[in-house]
Formats: sequence, structure tokens, C-alpha cells
Amino acid sequence: MSSNLPLVSALTLFPFVGGIAVLLLGRSAARLTAATFATVAVAYTGWLWWHFQPAMTTMQLEEVHALEPAIGLSYHVGLDGLSLLMLAVSSITVLMAVAASWNNSKQGPAYFAFLLFLETGLFGTFTALNFLHWFLYWELSLIPAFFLIRMWGGPGRARAATQFFVYTMVGSITLLLAFLAIFLASGSFDFLVLTQMAQNGQLAAAIGQNLHWRQWDSGHITMYLFCGAFLGFAVKTPIVPFHGWLASAYSEAAPETTMVLTGALSKMGVYGFLRILLPIFPEQMWRIHTILLWLAIATIVLPAFTAWAQTDLKRMFAYGSINHLGYCILGVVAVAGSSGAEPSQVSEKAAALTGVMLQLFSHGITAAALFWFLALLEKRSGGLTGLNDFGGLRRAMPIFSGLMGITLFASLGLPGLIGFPGEFLIFKGVFPLDWWAAALALLGLLMTAVFLLTIVQRVFSGELHDHWKMMPDLTLAEQCMLAPAIFLMFVAGLYPQVISGMVHGTVMQLVGLVRY
Amino acid sequence: MTGTSYPELLWLTAPEIVVAMTALLVLVLDLGLLRRSALAFRFGANTLVAGMGCLLALLVLLNFPAQGELAVGMLVVNPLTQLVQTALLAIAILVLLLVNSARFTTHVGEYCALILFAITAMMLLVSTQNLLVIFISIEFLSLSLYILTAFDKPSRQSAQAGLTYFLFGGMSAGILLFGMSLLYGLSGSLALDRIAIAVKVSPGDPLLTLAMVMVLAGFGFKIAAAPFHMWAPEVYQGAPTSSAALVASSSKIAGFFALFVVFYLGLMGAAGSAAPKHYSSGWAPLIAIVTAISMLWGNLAAIAQTSVRRLLAYSAIGHAGYMLIALVVHSRQSLAALVYYVITYALATVGAFGVLAALENEKVDSIADFRGLGKRAPGLAFCMLIFLLSLAGVPPLSGFFGKFYVFVSALDGADHFGLLWLVLLALAMSVVSFYYYLKVLKQAYVSEPSAGAATVAVPATTRIAVWATAALVVLLGCFPDLLLNRIATALR
Amino acid sequence: MLAWTIYVSFLGAVAVTLASGTSQGLIRVLALLTTLAGLGIAMVAVAHDRSGQLITLARAPWIPSLGIEYHLAADGISLVLVLLTGIAAVAGVLFSWNVELRTKEFFALYLVLIGAVYGVFLSFDLFQLFVFYEIAIIPKYFLIAIWGSTRREYAAMKLVLYSFAGSALVLAGMVAAYVVSGERTLNLETLSHFPFPAHFQMWAFPLVFVGFAVLAGMWPFHTWAPTGHAAAPTAASMLLAGVVMKLGAYGCLRVAIMLFPRGLDAWGFHVLGFGSWQQVFAVLAVIGIVYGASIALVQKDLKFVIGYSSVSHMGFVLLGLMTLNQIGLSGAVYQMFSHGIIAGLLFAVVGRMVYDRTHTRDLGELSRLPLAKLIPFAAVTFVLALMASIGLPGFSGFIAELEVLIGSWHAFPWMSLIAGSGILIGIAFSWRALEATFLGEPATAPEQALPAITLPERLGAFLLLASTIAFGLYPKLLMNLILPVLSGPLFEQLRRGNWQ
Repeated sequence: MSSNLPLVSALTLFPFVGGIAVLLLGRSAARLTAATFATVAVAYTGWLWWHFQPAMTTMQLEEVHALEPAIGLSYHVGLDGLSLLMLAVSSITVLMAVAASWNNSKQGPAYFAFLLFLETGLFGTFTALNFLHWFLYWELSLIPAFFLIRMWGGPGRARAATQFFVYTMVGSITLLLAFLAIFLASGSFDFLVLTQMAQNGQLAAAIGQNLHWRQWDSGHITMYLFCGAFLGFAVKTPIVPFHGWLASAYSEAAPETTMVLTGALSKMGVYGFLRILLPIFPEQMWRIHTILLWLAIATIVLPAFTAWAQTDLKRMFAYGSINHLGYCILGVVAVAGSSGAEPSQVSEKAAALTGVMLQLFSHGITAAALFWFLALLEKRSGGLTGLNDFGGLRRAMPIFSGLMGITLFASLGLPGLIGFPGEFLIFKGVFPLDWWAAALALLGLLMTAVFLLTIVQRVFSGELHDHWKMMPDLTLAEQCMLAPAIFLMFVAGLYPQVISGMVHGTVMQLVGLVRY
Repeated sequence: MTGTSYPELLWLTAPEIVVAMTALLVLVLDLGLLRRSALAFRFGANTLVAGMGCLLALLVLLNFPAQGELAVGMLVVNPLTQLVQTALLAIAILVLLLVNSARFTTHVGEYCALILFAITAMMLLVSTQNLLVIFISIEFLSLSLYILTAFDKPSRQSAQAGLTYFLFGGMSAGILLFGMSLLYGLSGSLALDRIAIAVKVSPGDPLLTLAMVMVLAGFGFKIAAAPFHMWAPEVYQGAPTSSAALVASSSKIAGFFALFVVFYLGLMGAAGSAAPKHYSSGWAPLIAIVTAISMLWGNLAAIAQTSVRRLLAYSAIGHAGYMLIALVVHSRQSLAALVYYVITYALATVGAFGVLAALENEKVDSIADFRGLGKRAPGLAFCMLIFLLSLAGVPPLSGFFGKFYVFVSALDGADHFGLLWLVLLALAMSVVSFYYYLKVLKQAYVSEPSAGAATVAVPATTRIAVWATAALVVLLGCFPDLLLNRIATALR
Repeated sequence: MLAWTIYVSFLGAVAVTLASGTSQGLIRVLALLTTLAGLGIAMVAVAHDRSGQLITLARAPWIPSLGIEYHLAADGISLVLVLLTGIAAVAGVLFSWNVELRTKEFFALYLVLIGAVYGVFLSFDLFQLFVFYEIAIIPKYFLIAIWGSTRREYAAMKLVLYSFAGSALVLAGMVAAYVVSGERTLNLETLSHFPFPAHFQMWAFPLVFVGFAVLAGMWPFHTWAPTGHAAAPTAASMLLAGVVMKLGAYGCLRVAIMLFPRGLDAWGFHVLGFGSWQQVFAVLAVIGIVYGASIALVQKDLKFVIGYSSVSHMGFVLLGLMTLNQIGLSGAVYQMFSHGIIAGLLFAVVGRMVYDRTHTRDLGELSRLPLAKLIPFAAVTFVLALMASIGLPGFSGFIAELEVLIGSWHAFPWMSLIAGSGILIGIAFSWRALEATFLGEPATAPEQALPAITLPERLGAFLLLASTIAFGLYPKLLMNLILPVLSGPLFEQLRRGNWQ
């Protein structure tokens, strides 16, 4: 549906207003204000979800205002299944982060304000359809994240924040340059227009005509542009070997912050693949899809092994996060790599993409929940989060262990929980498309199981040390706050149609794009 | 014409006569009646009478303008000469206001009388087109100025300055006379128009060239153009302030005007051109060289000066250079530019010396003595700001417009950019001059006054003179047409 | 009505001078009211004028014998710059609220400077433009020499001499234009249509362009800028970097490019690889961008970092001017506006908020102070200012630099890339400055608290931040003013020639 009300813009601005409110209202009202705004954001998103029409393949709730045609600047936002899903993940994750920060006295108004500004950046990124203001939000999400890491992190936070900043900035710059070049060739910054142009070959023609560089042909130039854009998203996801910033950033940041980093920020990378790279550069992705597959496999397998070798829980989950998003990349790349000459693989491609989207949602919730648990554990243990620091916790904190166990298994992909449908569909889709990649990826799945079970064993079972005997279990308040997330893990695991139904239209549209 | 009609002569020279009479009156008054009175009273009375005389002459000039020419150009009275005489008289009044508060001598009557004689000489100098009268006027003027320079008897510097001035002046007078005699020999006449005819016939005559060089040298001394400027720093520094003011301002006006008249009316045929592309030998390239040397020498030497008066002296040399550009161009427009420039330059110079006169009790001479003047005498410092910025050529003051007009006249004409090199050199030197003028202002405004420095007491007449001059400088800068219109009308 | 910006400023200066010397509060309020009046008038004018067409505000003969007029007029570009002046002027007064030494003279000189700047932007007679241009030089000298800091007398003299030298070149060009056109007028409109001979334009253009570009901080005539900015008191450096440098750039556009566009044509031969003045100045601009940023990267004095970054940003303006296409030129004007605000903001933080409190600008010393905790408002403002300075989207600098880069891509692709690398270096030095100033982690706790950020400072910061964000999110406001001028009659000669 399209409406005359600027519903999407209002949603995007809403957390920003909340952030200002938090700053103005001072310390005492900070967390309440933040919680209010975060909750309303979730409710608003839910409302949009309710009114969304999944069968439509075009953008819904579009708002278009041409601002400055001379430089291709127009305000264009819209919703489709993918965006809505991402909005849901973001709003839920931020609410979880606010809830997790409730009792942390170190975090004052500035902290909550930054969280809310970050939410605006996320909302904006996921709904913007013109590169110029999309890039604004992309960058805008970088700044609060930087400060959140820098100001409320652990001892190594300076270096972690700097690394985060530099990596992301470099990627952003290459992305900007690539799009500038595309604008110079095609005259448009609009994603939908560019997708259209890529589909009917106009983009390639325009690049060939307008961009001249040392007698390279248009295919070469487009490949370089693709690489520039790819780099931007590869750093964000991250894809091995551009992942160097992640482990430090996730472990140095306060766990509450990492919830949002892993829950929402990391989705921006995959979103970029789905919204920008796949529709606009399908041919380039097809051409180098073998390389991309290897990168995806590396992203799945290597971090899993690395996680197993870690001794700090935060780092383990950090690497696990990379691994989980690797599946998404695998799915996307496999879809891109299948030749358009075989329309019979539509169902496989649809499966893969649906799996990707489910996995995005699932990983958002579970990874955020895992770090929430880590936050709770860290507070109780006085700052310790080592793998070998604990043991036998299920006797001291049964509820905690139980809930965290559920989350771990959801992250692993146990059937019945949220993680399973996504991973299953991805493999279901990728096996027919690129069986060898799927086979290798199973290795990653195996290693994930290994290290997650190792965590279960080392932390929850085994001998209970004396100084953990008196560790308090979850309070009622904490249980109530965690309950919705746990509930969601079951619901989405048992009834994935809730999500997959909603994104169906978008998936089919994306599948349709992968032909040229 | 066979004889001279004395009534007409009297009528045409009425202003000069008034001034000369006033001089005599002052002498009589002081020597006769005021011998015993207090010095302050004597100065007051004498300058009052002198001032009244000048004012009367001014009124005569403005209200009964006579036109005419007498005796083969010996006396020429036309609107242009009257305009210049008006300026001379106005400056004279300003100088007399400054003299009012001077106390350096007891020979008050003689001093004022000499000033008035100098003014008379200048007025005669500008209203003649005959070599002999020019020479006599110059000598009359110079003699008065020599004595005025040496007037401060207790000061050794003043005597030395006077002597230097006299020696240089005498020598250049001799050279001038020699050159004039050569011109007479070449043309058989002392009247500029006859000389012009002769020059047109044989412009390349080597004797003519010699004559031109000598005349230029003689005049160059008068206007303090390099390399004939050696007397200027000493005189500016050593002479009593009001004498220096007179030397620096009105004698420049008269000197330049006479110089222009001689070359423009008398030697036009041998002008030549100073444009590199269309070079032809004559006095124009010669003067161009003098111009360039003056601008360079004057401005560059001024940078190193620590005495304000010497700084003004060297800057005067530089300004002589700018004004000579107008002569190199030798067109009607450039004459208008020259007249405007020299009048406004004279005003700014009188103002600057006025400020120095007000500070005389403080023994101010070096730039460092200006420290904190902005606090000690804010009004005075502000006026100094106006004068120095006008000399530097900063709009909207008259000095800027003068330079602008000179540059316009330099580049206007069929060959637009022949003299571009001179203009660029002048601009470059303007930037340099800005530096040293700003040095003085820096001391005045930026530096704090030294401990124990009291506010400066400024005599009322000096204050009036300085403020009036400053107002004129600003007025003529913002509305140059006030003066330009008159010049333009006069030129027609 | 716009002409009143000039008159009000000068009247304000007179009022301040006449006000009693002891009541500093009165003087400050007077100054603030004056500058607010100027800003108000400017905003009203911008709101009224949607078309960007040339409107004559006042026209009277001034020196009829030379055909010089007193002619005030404004088109879209003038309006943009007048608006900038208004904003910068108010912000400067707010950030100078704490000036104790010789307050009266400070604000009097400040207002004279503002009035002269308004005059330049509104003059349409070249002589008058020049007069206002020169009038602006003297207050600059005294503002720096009396109220400045490091080596202030040297810096002031250097700045003033460079400005004077530049204007001397302009004067030469102006006189030349006057005599060559033979029309006995210096009206910019008339002269913009006059067909000056091509070979005349070939040397008149660089003469006038360089003359103005000296004040715009073009490499290699930029050396006055960092010293001058570092030495100047906060308000003066805000104005210097924010507005006065734009006088030079404005002159380049309004006089050099508008009157002598043929001077940018190809020479037909090559000297050192250059084939036209367009290429020469474009290269100089790009060198300025990269050089300014690189030198900023190694500075130890925070104010010098900002000073050199100004040189780099002005390089963008000059590059935009040399692209000779609509988007590049409009980017140049946009960057003039944008950088004016941003430079003001940066100097405000560095000079007023940090230096006035800590009395040090050395990066090493600053990193030992926990400034983020002591003056968090300054920290946030500085972060936002740096974000704006590196051209992050959402701020006006992004739009400006985007347009310049697009424009220069059309004209000289290589330059775009090199200029882009300048932006990268910009990110690096901004990072370094931020790191040292506000992200320091000192081992020892602070000994005493610093004075809090006062209300005038907050207001000033809000004003500048709001401006840069507003025009970063909604560029149409300014573009509507700029673009019609570039396609209007004044630049017709330029378009007929080598428009790209």
C-alpha cells in the first residue's frame, strides 16, 4: 500500500527524537525514556508488519521527493519484505539492549541517546532507496557505534574502536566512490532505477558510454565498481578476510553494546548484498561467484575453528557471529551464481533466499540474547567472561543456564528453535546450486556445534567452584525481560511461516532479478 | 604688446600682492609693536595676521577671478593656476595654524614673514610660463625655505639641515639656470611657447638633450626625486616642524606644477615615449627612469628608518615617483591626476607634520616614541591613521584615488599598456610602503604606552588644523569629484 | 533593504565607539544586535528572492568624471554569501562575549570589518567593490595584532601585506579593464558583456585571478593563512577563515571569471604540460587541497591544524571554479558557504572553548587533559564539526564537495581522484585532532574543573551547527539561488566559450 502519510520517515525519525529527549531529560529519566521510545518503535514496526501486504512485489509505503535533480538527490524511502524484516530485527535488538542496560549504572543519558541515534541510523539504512541519504544513514550508524565502543568499553577499547572506525570507513569510501562513478555514468542515485537499468542492460551501456578509463571495456570497469561496493559490505558483514575489526570490537565493547552491534549492525552488510549488490551487479557476481563462494566458505568455516580455539566467551560468540552470517552470504552468492539459463532452479533460489532472511532474523535475536546473557554473567562474576572461569553453573543458576542453553541451541540450529528453519533452507537451496560449497559449509556447521557444546559443557556442567556457589540466579524482572525473546525463539522456530510468509513477495522478486 | 599695463598687472597679481603685503605687515607688527610681549602672544598675533592675510588672498582669488596673460607668458592667470593657488593658500593657512603653537624661536615676525614670502613665491611660480620668472620664483622660494629650515637656532640639526639644503639647492639652481640658458640659446626666447616651436623643429639636438637633463635635475631637486633627493631626509628631520611641513607640502605642489608646465608646454616636441614597445628617445623615458629610481629608492630606504620624519622624507621621494608617472604620460588627463594627487598628498603631509608638531613637546621623533599613542592621544592617533593610510593608498581616502587616477591616466590612451611596467612597479612599491606606514600605526595602536606616559596635551589650533586636514582627506577621498570637477573645468 | 546590512554594521561600529567605555555589557549587546539585524535582513532577503535574479539595491553616480557609480546589487550568489556573513558575524560576536581587553575597540573594528564584507558582496561597481575590499584589510590587522596570540604582530603584518599585494594586482587589472573597454564605466554588469580582446583577457585574467586568489589561500600564496588564523583571536579567525577568504574566492568568480572568461581558453601551445590557465589554476587548487591536508596531518598546534585544513577546503572552492561547468561552479559557491560555517565552528571550538580555558593548543598537552569529561559540550560540538569538515553526508560540506567532484570529473577526471585523496587525508588529520583533544585517556584525574561552556558559546554553536545541517539536508534552498545566476546573463560570455 502506499499512503500519503510519511509513515516510514516518521519511524526513522522517531528514535532520533527519543535520543534528543533522553539528552534533555537528564540522568534520572534516561533509561525510562529510552525504554519507552524503544518499545514504541517495536510496536510501530509491529503495526507496519500487520499492515504489510506480502503478496505485493513492489515497494510499499513509498515516499518520493525530488530534492535536487542536478546532483541526483531525491528523498526516496519504501518498505518491502526485506526492509520490514530488518526493521523488526533492529527495533527488537535495540529494545533488548535497552532492557539489558537497565541496571547498569555506568550508562547515563549519553549512552541511551547513542543507542537511539544508532537505531535511527539503522532504520534509515534499511528503508532508504536513494544512495545519497542511504549513505548518510550508513555513516550515521557508524558514529554512535564508535562512541558506544569507545566510551563504555573495556581496557582495549581505544584500539578496538579505532580499528572498527578505520575498517568501516575504508569500506564506506570505496562504496561511495563506486556509486559516484555509477551516478556519473547513469545519472541516478536511486536503487530502484539502477536495478531497472541493470536488468535491461542500460547500466552496462551507460557505463561503457560515459566512463572512460585507459581503454578498459565496460565489463572491466563495472567489475571494479562492483569490487568497490563489495568491499564496503564485505567489511560490514564481515566477510573473511575483512573481519579483523570484529573480534576486538565485540569483546571490548560493553556486552549491552555488542548486542546491538551483532544483532542489528551486522545485518547491514547482508542487507547491502540483497538490496544493492545482487540487483545492480548480478552479472559481476555471477562472473566471480566461485571466488565469492570460497570467501563465503572461509567465512563459515574459519571463524568456527577460531571460535573453538578461544578461551573468552565474548570472543567465541564474536567469531560465531561471523560464522552465522557466513551462511547468509553463502546463500546469496549461490543464488547469484546460478546461471539465468536454468529457470527451473527458481525454487532452490527462493529457498536459499528465504533461508537467508530467516537466518538474518534468527541470528539477530539469538546473538543479541547471547550477549545479554554474557552481560548478566559478567555483572555477577565481577567482570569475568572466560570459558574456563566457570563450571557447573547450572547448579547455581538453573534458570539462567536453562534459558542460555535454549539460546545456545537456537544459535546452533536445533530443530524447533529459531535457528533451524533458516539454516535448513539455506542448505536446501545451496546444495542443488553448488553442492561442493554446501558440503564444505557443513564443516562449519559441525565446528559450530562443537564449540557451542563446549561452552555448554565448560560453563554449565562440571564442577561448581566455591566462589560461584552464591551466584544469584535471574531475578523475576530479568526473567520477564528475557521471556519475550525466548518466546520468539520458539515461535519462529515452530512457525517460521510468520516470517517467511511476509518476505515471500520480496524473495520472488529478488529471484526474478537474477537473470540478465 | 608694447608695454605692460600696470593696472592689469596689479589686478592679475592681486592675491600675491595681498600675501606679500601681509608679510611686510607682519614684520612691521612684530618688530615694531610686539617686541616686548610674551612669546605666546606674539606667535598668536603674528599667525593671526598672517592667516588673515592668506584668507583675504584666498577670498580675492575665489571671488574676483581674473584671467589673462601678460608679457610673453611671464604671468599667466587661468582657472588652473587659480585652483593651484587656492590649494597653496589653504595649505598655508593650515601651516600657520601649526606655527601658532610653536615656541622654538623668538624671531616670530621674521618667521611668519618668511613663510608668507615663500607662499608668494610659490604662487608666482605656478602662474608663469616664462623661464626667467620660473627661475626667479624658484630662487625666491628656495631662499625662504633655506632660512626657514635653519630657523631653530639652538638646534644643531636645524642649522645643519639648512646648510645642506642651501648647498644642494644652490648647486641645483646653478644647473637649472644653465639648462635654461641653453634653452634660451636654442630658441632665442624665454617664453615656453616659443621654446616649444624651436624644440619641435629640432628635437634631436644634443644641446637640447643636455638642456632637458639639466632642467630635469634642477626641478628634480625641488621635488625631491631620486637621485636628486639627498637633502630631503636631513631637512625633514632637522627643520622645525612647521617649516618641514611647508617644505613637504606646498613646495611640492608648486614644484610639480611648474615642472609639468615646463615640459608639457615647452618641450613637448622632444617628449619621446617610455613605452618599451614604442620606445623613442626624449625626456619621457628619461623621466621614467627617474620615476622608477625614485619609487624604488624612496620606498625601500623608508623600510629601515626609525625616525618618523626621515620615514616621511623617503616616502616623499617615493611619492614623487608616483607623481612623475603623470609627467611621463603627459596628457591632459594625467595633468588632472597630478594636480589632484599633489594637492591631496600635500594635505596628508601637512596633517602628518601637524601630528608631529602636536607631539613636539614630547620630543617625539622615533617610531618607538609613538608607543601607545592610541591611548595617550586618541584623536591625534586617529588622524595620523587617516594621514598615513592616505599616503599608503588605502581607499576610501584621497591618496588611493590619486594613485588610481594616475594609473588610469597612465594606461589610458592609444597604446594602452606601454607604461604598464611603471604602473606595476608603482603598485609593488605601494605594497612596500604599506608596510612601513603600518609600522608607525602599530606602535600607536597595538603597543601599550610605556609606564608613566601621560596623555598628550594638544594645543587647540593644532587640533583644529589636524582635524580639518583629516576631514578634507577623507572627504576628498570619498567624493573626489569635489576636486576633480574643478580641475576638469579649469583644464578646459 | 539588503543595503542596510552594510549601513547597520557601520552604524553599529560608530555606536559602539561612542558608547561609554566602561560598560562592556552594553557594547556586547550593541554588537550582537547589530549583527543580528544584519542576519535578519539577509534571511528575509533570501526568503523573498526565489529566482536568484539580479536586483539593484542602490545606484547613484559617485565620481561622474570617471563614470564610477555607487551601485549595490544582489543576485543569488551575493545572497548566499551575504547570508553566510550574517551567520558568521552573529556567531563571532557570541564567541567573543568574553573579550575583556579593549572591548570597545574590538567590537568596533569587528563591525567595520563585517560592514566592509557585506559591501564587497553587494557591490556591482568594480571600483566600489575594490574600495570595500581594501577597507576590510585594516580592521583585520588590528584585530590580530592587538587581540591575537602566537606571534600576532608578525602574523598580522604578513596577512595584511599579502592581502594588499593581492589587491594591488587586482587594481592593475581593474585599471586595465577600465581603459581597454573604453566605456568609462566600472559597472560589473556592463563589463561582463563587453567583448574584451582575447589576448588582453589572456593576461588580465590571471592577474586578477591571482590577485583575488591570494586572499582565497591558493597555493603557493597561502602561507599567510595558517599563521594568520593561528595568531588571530577566535572571532577574528572565524571571520578570516569563514568569510574573508571567501572574499577572495568571490572576487575570482565575480570579477576574474565573469569579466575575462576568454582568459581560460586554451593557449594553443603548451608550457610545462599546461595548455591553458584553467589547467594551471586547477592544478594549483588540487595541490592546495592535498598539501593543506597533508601539512595539517603533521601539525602539533591544534589551531594550525584547522588553519591548514582551511587552505585545503578553499582548494575545493578554487577547483570548483576552474571546472567551468554549472555543477562545479555551483559546488564552489556551495563550498564557500559551507566551509564558512564549518571553519567558524572549528575555530570556535579550538579557540574559544578549548584554548581560552586550557591556554594550550599543543596536541601533546591537550591529550593529557580529560577534556571530554570536563567540557563535554565542546567535545560533542567538535565531533560534529569534524564530521561536517570531512564531508560526511548530512552536513553541507558533503553536498559541496560532491558537486565539485562531479564537476571536476567532467572537466579533468584525474583531478577528481587526487582531490578525493585529499578528503581521505582530511579524515586522517581530523581523526588525529579529535583523538588528541577529546579522546585522550589521562592517567591522572583532573586537578580542577574548567569553566563551564557559557550560554553565548552554546548559542553560537547551535547557530552554526543548525546552519550546516540544514543546508546539508536541504540543499535546494541555496541551489535555487545559485543555479539561476550561473545560467543567467552575467555569465553568458563564459557559457558561450568553454562551458563543459
